[in-house]
Amino acid sequence: MGLLSLAIWTPIFFGVVLLALGRDEQARAVRWLALTGAVFSFLVTLPLYTRFELGTPAMQFVENLPWIARFNVNYHLGLDGISLWFVLLTAFINIIVVIASWESITRRVNQYMGAFMILSGLMIGVFAALDGLLFFVFFEATLIPMYLIIGIWGGPNKIYAAFKFFLYTLLGSLLMLVALVFLYVKSGGSFDLATWHKLPLSSPVQTLLFFAFFAAFAVKVPMWPVHTWLPDVHVEAPTGGSAVLAAIMLKLGAYGFLRFSLPITPDAAHEWAWLMIALSLIAVIYVGLVAMVQQDMKKLVAYSSVAHMGFVTLGFFIFNPLGVAGGVVQMIAHGFVSAAMFLCIGVLYDRVHSREIASYGGVINTMPKFAAFALFFAMANCGLPGTAGFVGEWMVILGGVQFNFWIGLAAATALIFGAAYTLWMFKRVYLGPVANDDVKGLSDINAREFLMLTLLAAAVLYMGVHPKPFTDVMDASVLDLLKHVAVSKLN
Amino acid sequence: MIDSLSWITVYPEIILLVMACVIAMVDLGVKTPLRGTTYALTLLTLAVVAVLEAFYATQGATVYGFGKMVVSDPMGNWLKCFASLALMITLVYGRPYAADRDMLRGGEFFTLSLFSLLGIFVMISGHNFLVIYMGLELMTLSSYALVALRRDNATATEAAMKYFVLGALASGFLLYGLSMIYGATGSLNVNEVFQAIASRQVKHQVLVFGLVFVVAGLAFKLGAVPFHMWLPDVYQGAPTAVTLMIGAAPQLAAFAICMRLLVQGMLPLAIDWQQMLMVLAVGSLLVGNLAAIAQTNLKRMLAFSTIAQMGFFLLAMLAGVAGGHQHNATSAYGAAMFYVITYVLTTLAAFGIILLLARQGHEAEEITDLSGLNQRSPLFAGVMALAMFSLAGVPPLVGFYAKLAVLQSLLASGDTGYLVLSVFAVMASLIGAFYYLRVVKVMYFDAPHAGLPTEILARTDARAVLALNGGLLLVLGMAPGGLMTLCGDAIAALVKTLVT
Repeated sequence: MGLLSLAIWTPIFFGVVLLALGRDEQARAVRWLALTGAVFSFLVTLPLYTRFELGTPAMQFVENLPWIARFNVNYHLGLDGISLWFVLLTAFINIIVVIASWESITRRVNQYMGAFMILSGLMIGVFAALDGLLFFVFFEATLIPMYLIIGIWGGPNKIYAAFKFFLYTLLGSLLMLVALVFLYVKSGGSFDLATWHKLPLSSPVQTLLFFAFFAAFAVKVPMWPVHTWLPDVHVEAPTGGSAVLAAIMLKLGAYGFLRFSLPITPDAAHEWAWLMIALSLIAVIYVGLVAMVQQDMKKLVAYSSVAHMGFVTLGFFIFNPLGVAGGVVQMIAHGFVSAAMFLCIGVLYDRVHSREIASYGGVINTMPKFAAFALFFAMANCGLPGTAGFVGEWMVILGGVQFNFWIGLAAATALIFGAAYTLWMFKRVYLGPVANDDVKGLSDINAREFLMLTLLAAAVLYMGVHPKPFTDVMDASVLDLLKHVAVSKLN
Repeated sequence: MIDSLSWITVYPEIILLVMACVIAMVDLGVKTPLRGTTYALTLLTLAVVAVLEAFYATQGATVYGFGKMVVSDPMGNWLKCFASLALMITLVYGRPYAADRDMLRGGEFFTLSLFSLLGIFVMISGHNFLVIYMGLELMTLSSYALVALRRDNATATEAAMKYFVLGALASGFLLYGLSMIYGATGSLNVNEVFQAIASRQVKHQVLVFGLVFVVAGLAFKLGAVPFHMWLPDVYQGAPTAVTLMIGAAPQLAAFAICMRLLVQGMLPLAIDWQQMLMVLAVGSLLVGNLAAIAQTNLKRMLAFSTIAQMGFFLLAMLAGVAGGHQHNATSAYGAAMFYVITYVLTTLAAFGIILLLARQGHEAEEITDLSGLNQRSPLFAGVMALAMFSLAGVPPLVGFYAKLAVLQSLLASGDTGYLVLSVFAVMASLIGAFYYLRVVKVMYFDAPHAGLPTEILARTDARAVLALNGGLLLVLGMAPGGLMTLCGDAIAALVKTLVT
């Protein structure tokens, strides 16, 4: 079994074991088994980084086995510089989620942990798949565990949120399915991505395909104006669900743009880049402003996610190395930072059972250690130099200025809005005198929460101070992608 | 000339006929309420027949018997094999249910179900219009009696009446259409009809006139809109064990007669019947999915879901011939066969849950009866969830590959109209996803309703089969290649016999 298969199937195996064996009477054992499984699943992804060969855009750790002979579908896996970090990030976030849900989940613990383990394996599968249908199977299969996670362990309006999540994303991906089958027929019977990358396509066909992919990925990212599901879902999802959703699931969409839209329909991508840039800038600026007026902390971070993902799509569609690499770096950074932001809200929610900003005030007085972490992550969220959040945004802005000064300038305003909504929230929740009895009764974070936040803080700091390992890995792949996209596929 | 009869082609049918009579006799001496002896004999018969058919199928030979009245080909053999297995599973799920409702007394239950299967076999094997019609009548007459088996139950009797009247009407349509085609071509033999039509010596108007009636008759049997009215009432009104008997194995036979009549018999008229199927498919997808949303009764919801699924199935049937070429035939009809087989497997799981949750005096057929099922039994909830996701076409469940195969055959035809049709089909299945998800919601997100039994009293054999059934939905979803190749090869062998 190859390393990538191991990375995909280890968490799924643990997930199935958890589903089959666990009972709520042995919740403690279930939690430890889940943690063991998550750590083990992360460890098996580490060789992917240590054995990764730098400086080549070729796919590595390739596995290619026939899967469905009749449709010429292959179990074709591989990693390049763009996808490598997401595999590690997914496995890492999975550990954090298990730790975060240690105490807050008391009902059907085995199903909760099992769903997250399976989800983690499926998402790694999305990043590793090099076959169009295999990608789609993993991409769609993630909906099932997430639907159950939101619906079973979510908040009061969980059913609405679960349905909205499922149907909204299904709408987009069904159109993509038609596009995939169309490409299969057009390419003479192949689901291989590399074959599709070389397939010449006429301009109207490219436009149709581009928008079919757009339907799937823009909803997932989510881009303005199809972002409305995200705040609803985040608010109702349990803390772990929100963290995985923001940290990894949104990236599936952005990753799809890089693997499908850009290389398969490069001419349509260039033709419609203006639209993508416009939508991205609206996400960055307008949604940033929307975030500022939110009363609910989770909603605020959800809108902030939309704004940050706007940076990612902006970076992709300005077609220069800084922009694309910056977009990918921003995806990784946002994975750490948004997960941390949601976990911080989760820490407060576990104690007070409210996400309203107005229910807090002066938390720093009763939870000083926690407030320090929260401040750090808030700074990372507004892109303070020295944190992970800065690197990607700065690269995208730089790329934007290279492309067109005004676009760069417009994107840069996001740093101001980002600082405004994040810091204002921080001020209202953490600073000032103790607001009420709930806050007065708060106890500071325990060792488990400390560990979880420390792990994330270390990652955010390391990436901010020393982003070289992240950017080095992707350089060759990004340049190769851009070289490919620059060549017209019209015949 | 005894050899030319090729008895070998009908051995399974003979076994079924003999055993149906033997079991009726044996039952006279069996007194236990669960009818263990006759049940075991029935399962044994079905297992023998299934193995025999699978053996024939792996031989891959196409053998005609009785002066080309019947045919034994890989497609038919596999369909008969799966039909026997489907009936076996139905009986495992349905026996306790039927026993609780006093339906096993008298022993007709097993005998009638074997006769109904015999009808299915004859339909599938028939290579002559009258033989096919005879099989259809044998199957439906047994089904009418099965639906009416609870004669003291008002809804069951009502359902039986509806089923009988509309079923007889549909048979009339079919027979009338077939007689028209006989009048035009002068033959009842499937192959000769094909040649007569292909020779273009036959009056086209008469043929199309007959064809309309044949398609209408088939649409009745499939439950395609606008001939679907009977289906929800019968599904809801019939005792659930019988609903499953009508809803599972007969769909395989319906596919087979579509193949025998429309493809093997009248492929040169494809341009005409494809248009009719398109109307039926679009109507079924739309009405089935929209009406299912409004249902509160689970059996009725599954009935409308069947209508919608048949719409998807018809899309595959109409994609076989494009622009006068048959190069897409194998992939399209192979997709249709895969669709039907996986649909039957999924239906078995879904109705199996309803059957096993029911108990004396309680039907468990409202959607709310499933509430909080995950807390009462994670296994049952898990299997039902797999069935629902499979029907909705979400990967990695087998229903996804069925839809994928249909989409592939539509797009492979290269027709822009079919591209629009496939976009319409996926949008319709998006609507469908809503009501399937609602069932999952009720089981997983809602708390159990007050008054629902917390303990589930299913027998161990039924539990094991249910787990296997649900597991298959997932395993076939992870590795659908084998079944797809099986369907593709079977259809390829059939397409080869067509005279072009």
